[in-house]
Amino acid sequence: MRWRRARERLIETLIRLSGFSAIAIVMLIFVFLLKEGVALFRTVPLGEFLTGQRWYPISEPPGFGVFPLICGSLLVTIGAAMLSVPLGIASALFISEIARGWMKELLKAGIELFAAIPSVVLGFIGMTLLAPLIRQAFHVPTGLTALTGSITLAFMAMPTIVSITEDALTAVPRGYREAAMALGATRWQMMVRVLLPAAGSGIVAAVMLGIGRVIGETMAVMMVTGNAAVIPHTMLQPVRTLTATIAAEMGETVRGSDHYFALFAIGIVLFVITFVVNLIADRFLHREQR
Amino acid sequence: MVVTARVATAQIDVQDWSVWYGAVPALRAVNLDIRPREILGIIGPAQSGKTSFLQSLNRMTELVPAFRCAGRITLDGKDLYRDFDSQDVRYRIGMVFALPLPLPLSIRENVTYGPRLRGERTRTRLEELTERSLRAASLWEEAKDRLDRPAMTLSGGQQQRLCIARTLAMEPEIVLFDEPCSGLDPISTAKVEDTMVQLKSRYTIVLVTNNTKQAARVSDRVAFFLMGELVELDRTDVIFTAPRDPRTNDYVTGRVG
Amino acid sequence: MDPATRRVQAADRQWRRAELIQRVAFALLFIATLLVALASVLVMGLILIRGAPWLSWEFLTTMPARGMRAGGIFPAIVGTLELIGLTVVFALPMGVAAAIYLTEYARDNWMNRFIRLAIVNLSGVPSVVYGLFGLGLFVIFCRFGTSLLAGALTLAIMTLPVIITASEEALRSVPQSFREVSHSLGASRWQTVRHAVLPFAVPGIMTGTILGISRAAGETAPILFTVAAFYVPRLPHSVFDQAMALPYHLYVLSTQIPNIPQAHRYGTALVLLLLVLSLNVLAVVLRARFRRKRQW
Repeated sequence: MRWRRARERLIETLIRLSGFSAIAIVMLIFVFLLKEGVALFRTVPLGEFLTGQRWYPISEPPGFGVFPLICGSLLVTIGAAMLSVPLGIASALFISEIARGWMKELLKAGIELFAAIPSVVLGFIGMTLLAPLIRQAFHVPTGLTALTGSITLAFMAMPTIVSITEDALTAVPRGYREAAMALGATRWQMMVRVLLPAAGSGIVAAVMLGIGRVIGETMAVMMVTGNAAVIPHTMLQPVRTLTATIAAEMGETVRGSDHYFALFAIGIVLFVITFVVNLIADRFLHREQR
Repeated sequence: MVVTARVATAQIDVQDWSVWYGAVPALRAVNLDIRPREILGIIGPAQSGKTSFLQSLNRMTELVPAFRCAGRITLDGKDLYRDFDSQDVRYRIGMVFALPLPLPLSIRENVTYGPRLRGERTRTRLEELTERSLRAASLWEEAKDRLDRPAMTLSGGQQQRLCIARTLAMEPEIVLFDEPCSGLDPISTAKVEDTMVQLKSRYTIVLVTNNTKQAARVSDRVAFFLMGELVELDRTDVIFTAPRDPRTNDYVTGRVG
Repeated sequence: MDPATRRVQAADRQWRRAELIQRVAFALLFIATLLVALASVLVMGLILIRGAPWLSWEFLTTMPARGMRAGGIFPAIVGTLELIGLTVVFALPMGVAAAIYLTEYARDNWMNRFIRLAIVNLSGVPSVVYGLFGLGLFVIFCRFGTSLLAGALTLAIMTLPVIITASEEALRSVPQSFREVSHSLGASRWQTVRHAVLPFAVPGIMTGTILGISRAAGETAPILFTVAAFYVPRLPHSVFDQAMALPYHLYVLSTQIPNIPQAHRYGTALVLLLLVLSLNVLAVVLRARFRRKRQW
């Protein structure tokens, strides 16, 4: 009896410990990024880092301005959002309100398949199929452009946007729909005037989570956007994103160099952006529940 | 752990027992005693504190995070909340819930759940315990050929008797019943009531019920609770024919609650 | 025509217009949905059609040859499988323990709410950031070097939030009454978790873990600087060795190696896709079976 108590106390302590350490490790990420990234600001001021227009980490003198990279990420993300938000909401509406039976399940499965495709595979397809198409369609010297990245990423964001929007639509009480229909509205009018506003905060959350996914995406974007670290002026130019910069350059840096620290500093920027985006999404998601 | 038919001798005394959940009072200064091998019926309307009182007896109340208490409950003179480990209390004072709640295991695994956790591993003993508990709960004949089938395949009334058997398998002295027939049809109810009366020869039983007729049918004494207070405690016939308190009279004659 | 008839006719016209708009709108919604759903089918179908002819026993079981332009992808497959296995070994016990702690032991106070918030938000952190973290902590600080160990630990940490969230959900879906019953039968807190909660949460935990792992299996960014070797002519001998991995191999084949048969790339993509998809299918089947068998 006493032995069993002792063993039990041990197990409980272990659970607490591993629970805490799982959580601690996870917290450690931020500490670690901070420690390595902040080292850059000893030589490059934060303001210059964020607004500098030159990203030439290995030139002499080096330039550590991430502004072009932020622009690249923003451009690709905005492009992806412009495609995936309307398409995603439309698909969610169709799946949750119009499609029935096997068609509904089939369409749903089709969209959710995207979530399962590894990003490097999508990047590969983007490179081999989409890029040549874009090059021919727009008569540009290379098909590896911001637009190519936006299209690829739009599809990666789709499963998130569709499934969370669908949840939000399903959560709208039946009574709302029936009341609108009883007032003589067509189903379409009901959807536009009642359903979408009622599911509004859930849809905002869906869009935010989708965008969070796009900003953080690395491999596909690195493979299809051409990776030119210049401030882009059109969607048909090659761009370089924050994530791609880390992935492309980390392998070549010398540990402890400014370049190394600069890549961690980019990590902090990414971490902060995605954290804020997810926080906003979380807020809206919980508003929906209340 | 010896598997012999023990006979309950324990005496419970409740002195000035009060319970709060957070700031909400659930029981106010209750005083009563529970005698060995009696059926004590507890009646009262919803929110009267019946269930809080019952759960105080095996310290299930402690599982509610904001639980606070004052006063004393003693088991043979020893303080239930200070001198015992909560697991030992629940082992000696078993409980049957309002709804049949078999775990999604086999019938046999349900019955032996308590003893196995207490370290009983001997097959023959577990088998003996299973048979004896199921017999005592009047389920043996119906269940003996399918002990390894899922408990969920039993009917509602059978499930509730399985829950009784599961409690008895721990060989408790006192068994608490929390409205054990609230989800059952009249025939199943009658079977469970018969079982309780049979158990009286060896166990002390505390029965919380919403059904005053049930309390009248099976209890030796009845306690009437109202808004967290014990209004009256007396022999069953007194409570139902000549209660001292007018509120008791109103309740048992069906004028309130 | 009297005014009443005119009003009726006007209302009728309006209704017809609304109906027409609805029909057009629904058609557009359908096209949008089809576009999205078909795109995924197109991607998969293409990889299947162009990759399948290249698949052979030799492709799967031999070493790359001639600067990876020929031969097989055996070391990449083995590397990915080893990586997945190690990731599960690290992430599963810790994730489940953390979930048990959060659901069964932790009280609802500001600290645990903060922890939960942190976990939710960490599942949104970009995978390349996990890669950076793994490089800094495991490869450099812990001196594991570029190795299977460092990569698996990195993937494990990336997967932890997924496993914790899924396990928490699975544990919470076990009815509270099971816990009460178990306690009433004299079980201690741990006994209750062990015998009346955990067994019934296992299918949910497994589904969540497999989904998390399938994501980890397809990730490239976190292993880019922690495990991945451009080319190693032999299989890893210990967890401290570098290894090849399928997603990284596909990346290398598509971007670093020119003049390679396109089918070789498609074949590699197909193998990776099949691996990830079969894990997903496994999770879906498991969940469906569990829902059907569930008795409460």
